[in-house]
Amino acid sequence: MSKKQAKTTPQERPLSPHLQVYKPQMTSMLSILHRMTGMLLVLGLVIYTAWLACAALGLYVYMDFLGLLETKLGMIAMVGISFAGFYHFFNGCRHLVWDTGKLFEIGCATKAGYTVLVLAIITTGGFWYLLMN
Amino acid sequence: MTKMKWEKGGLKTPIARARGLGSAKEGVKHWMAQRFTAILNIPLTIWFVYQIFNAGFDVHGMIPVWMNSPVNSGLLILFTISIFYHAMLGVQVVIEDYVHNEFLKIVLIVLQKGGLMLGATISIFSILHLAHGF
Repeated sequence: MSKKQAKTTPQERPLSPHLQVYKPQMTSMLSILHRMTGMLLVLGLVIYTAWLACAALGLYVYMDFLGLLETKLGMIAMVGISFAGFYHFFNGCRHLVWDTGKLFEIGCATKAGYTVLVLAIITTGGFWYLLMN
Repeated sequence: MTKMKWEKGGLKTPIARARGLGSAKEGVKHWMAQRFTAILNIPLTIWFVYQIFNAGFDVHGMIPVWMNSPVNSGLLILFTISIFYHAMLGVQVVIEDYVHNEFLKIVLIVLQKGGLMLGATISIFSILHLAHGF
């Protein structure tokens, strides 16, 4: 390798195989989902800010904003973000329990994972069902 | 080959150099803040979701009366600070994990922190504004 090359390009080193050699598991998938829902919740924060700002801008702007939320796309976004919120909430609690050093046994971690997922689906469904009726 | 900062040891022995380096002692603060805001977010989120649920689709009817209470607007400001801070820390970790270009990484972190700070500021200002009447 010439001196110039060594300076500009970082040396290509082989990477040991990681993610792709593992079978997708409940625990790892839920871990990824925690991050994805977290990122989706940032979009939720944008809508949250818009909600408050539009309300502060006056009744007409606020009514327009609510109209936007009640469109099909708006409703899909709201349901998606609410699921992300419920999931991130429950799985976050699971993470906090892990921080105390408990629930690390593989069986327990997986069971708690299923619980979290089911709870998130039930609360999202329940929330919207009760809100609509 | 230019020497890195820690390689210019002078007369120091290797162990004396290593002692001076240590960890940046930054990670723990980030980790603790992430957990602290997470714990704070639990009761605040339950309260917030309950309020939204109670209002149903009559969100515009709820705002004027609801925000006039200093308890409600105060809690909503605390909720805003805690949630936005938690989001800032979370997005930072995601960027640090997946963006490997050092320059792009720093640009993205600055942008996300700036953006979320702007969002938090607008939200808090709007809450204060609404607290004085719709």
